[in-house]
Amino acid sequence: MADHELEPRLQSMPLLNRRELMAGAAGLVLVSVARPAQARPALAEALRAFSGGAEIRPGKVTFEIPPLVENGNAVGVTITVDRPMSASDHVRRIAMFNEKNPQADVAVFQLGPRAGRAKVQTRIRLADSQMVVAVAELSDGSFWSSEAKVFVTLAACVEDLS
Amino acid sequence: MRGWLSLLAIGLLLAAADSNAIEEQPKLSGLEFVSPETRSLQADDASNPGMLWVLRGEQLWQEPAGRSQASCASCHGEARQSMRGVALRYPAFDAGAGQPIDLKGRINRCRTDNQDAPALEHESEELLALTTYVAHQSRGMSVPPVEDERLRSVIEQGESLFRERIGQLDLSCAACHDDRWGQRLGSSPIPQAHPTAYPLYRLEWQTVGSLQRRLRNCMIGVRAEPFAYGSPEFIALELYLMQRAEGLPVETPGVRP
Amino acid sequence: MTRTMISAPETARAGDVVEIKAMIAHPMETGYRVDATGKPIPRNIINRFECTYDGEVVFAADLHPAISANPFIAFSTIATRSGPISFTWTDDEGKTETASVEIQVE
Repeated sequence: MADHELEPRLQSMPLLNRRELMAGAAGLVLVSVARPAQARPALAEALRAFSGGAEIRPGKVTFEIPPLVENGNAVGVTITVDRPMSASDHVRRIAMFNEKNPQADVAVFQLGPRAGRAKVQTRIRLADSQMVVAVAELSDGSFWSSEAKVFVTLAACVEDLS
Repeated sequence: MRGWLSLLAIGLLLAAADSNAIEEQPKLSGLEFVSPETRSLQADDASNPGMLWVLRGEQLWQEPAGRSQASCASCHGEARQSMRGVALRYPAFDAGAGQPIDLKGRINRCRTDNQDAPALEHESEELLALTTYVAHQSRGMSVPPVEDERLRSVIEQGESLFRERIGQLDLSCAACHDDRWGQRLGSSPIPQAHPTAYPLYRLEWQTVGSLQRRLRNCMIGVRAEPFAYGSPEFIALELYLMQRAEGLPVETPGVRP
Repeated sequence: MTRTMISAPETARAGDVVEIKAMIAHPMETGYRVDATGKPIPRNIINRFECTYDGEVVFAADLHPAISANPFIAFSTIATRSGPISFTWTDDEGKTETASVEIQVE
């Protein structure tokens, strides 16, 4: 996600209270410095482990995730990769990583030509507002990625106040 | 997205113009106050996690229990027919006990009296599953008016509990859910507090929970000592909330943030 | 005891891409939480999911604690021939849950 895309998104959220705006501002700083290649060690390491050190280029991956979620315990995600899924040109694996959970790994999905379509849906946990990255490994051995910034709001009246 | 935001905006105006009881305002399910993502989670049975409890309840319905070795199905047959509309009548007056009883209380009474089995614990997987399964048989049906005269005084007691200011924050249920619904508490919109989607799957809980669990959360939220599970106060509140929701359809299993 | 829910079409034409939704009741305990007495709750998550159809694993997933409780996964496969589509979930304790649905392919 390019940095300039964040601004209109922030402006379109008049309902955020001050706390989230502050979290949002902090997120903005992080996004501007954090690229997969230079991100904080856990995320960078996880990406490197997945690609075996091969270059991960932006593109070919569509990452649908709501920009603002009510609860980080179950955030719906859909990842689609623009490939025909033929024997000679398909997606082998799709992986998902995050920036600020205790661990960077989220899931690795194994697909193949028999999937017919390179599309996976699941629900993930996000401990805080942060960046999430989806990476696809294609049958030609190349790696492609897409990032998204998600704001997680804090609920009032949660169960454990102690 | 725009739809529910403008709905909220209307709500804000209404709440500002008129802080009377909920009866004089449009009744809106809590579903109207959640994000489109949470709403679609509830709408699709194949992705609604609450359906896992419905499924579990369906199995328990068939399982023999207690010394009688009778299952729910031994007496009640197909829940799809026999339990249709039943949840709409609860809490109901229990003549034997001379007091009202809620749906999960009724299920437990059936276990102890008819199946000769130990009562299931509050918020246990089994009790939640059975209650969710039974309530699910009324999904889409509207809450009818309460006609049992023996429940009048209990509804009144429930209403006074709803209006009583409690806890260190000195708030009543009504202060938020009658007077300020549609506004926000922190980042969360305040709903009208209708009980029609319970038991429901709360993303915060990561599981299905009862209306009483939610009411306890609210009480802890205003720094009050919560009533005990199954207490007469909770039954009275549940009954008041149910008649206050008259006309709204049952959604069980609902999904909320 | 069924703790799983599968949504898949009962019939399809050969070559159709069919969508499959799989869900299982599981707390996906992260290992980062403590109980009421302050004792750490050990990690126990579903770490592996597999879908087998027509003699082959057609889809699989390695899952981490960042997957939500009661994991939900939707994916697709090409309808090849009539028979069972089978699913297995394995958790940290080594427990395995299985499910299977029949598909009729014309």
